Amino acid sequence: MTATPRPGDPAITPALVAEHGLTDEEYRRMVAMLGRDPTFTELGVVSALWSEHCSYKHSLPLLRALPTKAPWVLQGPGENAGVIAVGDGLAVAFKIESHNHPSAVEPYQGAATGVGGILRDVFTMGARPVAMLNSLRFGSLDSARVRYLVAGIVKGIGDYGNCVGIPTVAGDVMFDPSYEGNPLVNAMCVGLLREEELTRAKAEGVGNPIMAVGARTGRDGIHGASFASEDLSHESDAKRPRVQVGDPFTEKLLLEATLELIASGAVVAIQDMGAAGLASSSAEMAARGDVGVVIDTTKVPVREPGMTPYEILLSESQERMLVVAHRGRDDTVREILAKWDLQAAVIGEVIAEPVYRVTEGDHVVAEFPGTKLVTDCPVYTPEARESAAVAALRGQDAHTVPEVAEESDPAWTLEHLLSSPTIAGKHWIYRQYDSTVRTNTVRGPGAGDAAVLRIRGSRRGIAAKTDCNSRYVYLDPRNGGQIAVAEAARNVACVGARPRAITNCLNFGNPKKPEVYWQFREAVAGMGEACAALDTPVTGGNVSFYNENPSGAVFPTPTVGMIGILDDVERSVGMAFAAADHSIVLIGEPTDELGASEYLARIHGLTAGAPPRCDLAKERATIEALLDAIGAGRVQSAHDCSEGGLAVALAECCIANRHAMHGARVDLSRWAGLPQRALLFGEAQARVIVSTTHPGDVVAAARRHGVSAFHIGTTAPAGEGLFIAGIAKPLAAPLARLADAYHESLARAMAPAATQEQGISS
Amino acid sequence: MKVGIVRFPGSNCDDDAWHAVVDHLGQDAVMLWHKAHDLEGADVIILPGGFSYGDYLRAGAIARFSPIMREVMAHAKRGGIVIGICNGFQIACEAHLLPGALLPNDAGYRSMPVTVRVERTDTPFTSAASAGQLLTMPIAHGEGRFTASADELDRLEGDGQVVFRYVDSTGNPTPASNPNGASRNIAGVCNGGRNVVGLMPHPERAMEPLLGSTDGLVLFESLLATVNA
Repeated sequence: MTATPRPGDPAITPALVAEHGLTDEEYRRMVAMLGRDPTFTELGVVSALWSEHCSYKHSLPLLRALPTKAPWVLQGPGENAGVIAVGDGLAVAFKIESHNHPSAVEPYQGAATGVGGILRDVFTMGARPVAMLNSLRFGSLDSARVRYLVAGIVKGIGDYGNCVGIPTVAGDVMFDPSYEGNPLVNAMCVGLLREEELTRAKAEGVGNPIMAVGARTGRDGIHGASFASEDLSHESDAKRPRVQVGDPFTEKLLLEATLELIASGAVVAIQDMGAAGLASSSAEMAARGDVGVVIDTTKVPVREPGMTPYEILLSESQERMLVVAHRGRDDTVREILAKWDLQAAVIGEVIAEPVYRVTEGDHVVAEFPGTKLVTDCPVYTPEARESAAVAALRGQDAHTVPEVAEESDPAWTLEHLLSSPTIAGKHWIYRQYDSTVRTNTVRGPGAGDAAVLRIRGSRRGIAAKTDCNSRYVYLDPRNGGQIAVAEAARNVACVGARPRAITNCLNFGNPKKPEVYWQFREAVAGMGEACAALDTPVTGGNVSFYNENPSGAVFPTPTVGMIGILDDVERSVGMAFAAADHSIVLIGEPTDELGASEYLARIHGLTAGAPPRCDLAKERATIEALLDAIGAGRVQSAHDCSEGGLAVALAECCIANRHAMHGARVDLSRWAGLPQRALLFGEAQARVIVSTTHPGDVVAAARRHGVSAFHIGTTAPAGEGLFIAGIAKPLAAPLARLADAYHESLARAMAPAATQEQGISS
Repeated sequence: MKVGIVRFPGSNCDDDAWHAVVDHLGQDAVMLWHKAHDLEGADVIILPGGFSYGDYLRAGAIARFSPIMREVMAHAKRGGIVIGICNGFQIACEAHLLPGALLPNDAGYRSMPVTVRVERTDTPFTSAASAGQLLTMPIAHGEGRFTASADELDRLEGDGQVVFRYVDSTGNPTPASNPNGASRNIAGVCNGGRNVVGLMPHPERAMEPLLGSTDGLVLFESLLATVNA
């Protein structure tokens, strides 16, 4: 059989090909693959499947070099989500994914559907979602447009997750002008399953029916995948109709129905109909199983009459799944879906003939040989070259930056840093997220360096955190890529969990620009090195290129979603000092590094200098020392030093728990030789502040692992404030002022958005 | 005691209510599907939190017409105990099992721990608590602003139907301790017969030290004491 055009199909012209985002070379490749000119339907399908978003054509060779294996990895990259073993027959499925472009033009629905998509990726693996995280990047809050985006995106994330009933427990947020006009919205989902429930998206078994399940297919989101594969521009707003509309209630029904389906044993494979909808889900499932499939678009339940095969294949209507059922079990599938008032229709079947075929009734409208639609996608390794301008920025010596007058009082600097939206408490955001539903949240947002979830019926727990300091990656992508992984691992270790694996979301600019591709290549290499050193393989993720606006690319942002496992969830620790008269121990050591710091950005408006060095062996030893001390019950709180350095970290330990604050008396005279601002606000890596009733034991644990640790002070009643002595200009600050700066700044910065927030509520 | 937990398609606190009753109280529970017509002999009905039927119209507005709600309403009319938590409170108000209405919060969705004061101990959900006892429990809702006319509020106060009030850590119902703009800081009410109680906070999320609060326990123990009395 061969595909022929439908009546009314437009003629395939060079202009139409270009409109579909295919290069001349890609079009020639497609014609060679088919051995003839394509039909309009085929052009649409190839355009979607060979889009950057679906094909990873600019990233695949580099991603293949990442470490992906460990004895506990049950499922690595290439599936809907990665899966690791927890012990006791339990497993965790998890994945992070971007929804940047839709959120830039339609923040509420863009973010909401991002949550919906990642939820489906996890429950299609047979896992019940137990937690959501999100990693967000925005421009400056001085801009009304940015405040509108923040309000809409946060509300979209909240409304969707809250309705489905999955707690949102952690995340990370950073603000920098480079994200103006192109915010990043990366949503991560964590699910729990028994190992034997693990389900994959691999079509198998000739004669098995292929079923469309869930919501009906409409005309929304057509070519969303292609939209996500181009630069954002002033014209992007006109593409708002390419953004899908989410229905979390249907998602909740689909979640329950899917888990019932998997438990019923009636299904062979399930995949979310996400980017590029039915076209990509059916082609990818066929390719994984190396089987042929035939789909009849007239069998697909649609929302409106007159939809063409092109539209049905490329629709990104939400809350739909593609299911391969066991032959003769399609009635079981229908019954389960009907219980949840959802549709299930047989739309095709697995066939022996090695072909991907789409018909409209009897008329073949698209036909591709074998699995070539997926496997023949071109792969590119573009030119890579470091930007001379960025190299020059990195070469600047931060120590030569003159202090501003107010810095004569280090408490002023500290307060100013605590009120930086990037550092400040994110209560304004997470108070909009249900973080306690499902009653597993041991440590939710703001309570620890990572979220902690208990696993019912087990002593074990799950820790999860997202991280990426993209300023570091911008100034030194290799080092920054390492730090993104190391910081996430450190955060997970701070709550007492052993870091086990990551999912990554690689947000970069246009890869055809040599300086962007260089950033990408170096950052991915850095991540790979850190993953290998810390024994945290990559189990999947997502690449989002073309994050640009008219003024250039965003900071390169390879976000890490880290999963850690606690052997005893009762032993987890928070970040806030727990009581007065505990000893404060610093694991790790200050340095004279000040480059790429939040201090330079916030106080001096500078993105410059070399980021702090990342010593992966030291990072690993620090994590081992920390886990030893926490495991022995010797740690009352633990918090890593990140943006804002030692002084900010100490302040956060004092004020994080606003209802039970504690002061601190700290002596840093041991490092009096360092420049004071590097000592207080420099961001040297591999450092953790621990409060303990047994400082000797913590220091000894560090020594055992070859890590330095110092007893630097004592916690105190809140009334004593934060006092740092032993330095040229001692720092003394009342906690009320620090707490106000830390806890209220984001709400104050967002206050002008209140009226707009009403306008976009659903 | 046997507790029936109603499961609407969009319920998402149904499992949490189950764990509270079965794991923490050691009592029997049965899930009651929204399409069912039988309460399966349950002594107490819990309408759990969630988004019943999506709640795109008005929280709980559609749920009141479901088959199971006909049975729940008949149970309440017979004097049977019904507890509505969060969305369950909204549904109970929509079904006129409870007075007043729950409007969108004055400042948007709120997820946080709150402190409530027990105003009445003569209800099946508070009989084991002491009057004035302060309980800290999570809230997580977008439509929890309890509202009624001034006359009706006066009547509810006079009849002792205000069961829980949002308060600060010293027990005072201040504006700052009111998370959603509820009239007179009202967090929970009962009906005139005192057998139906609704509240916005989630006692089922405050049952164990690991999760930060055990203050919900006394409310579930009240149910047990009432049924066994």
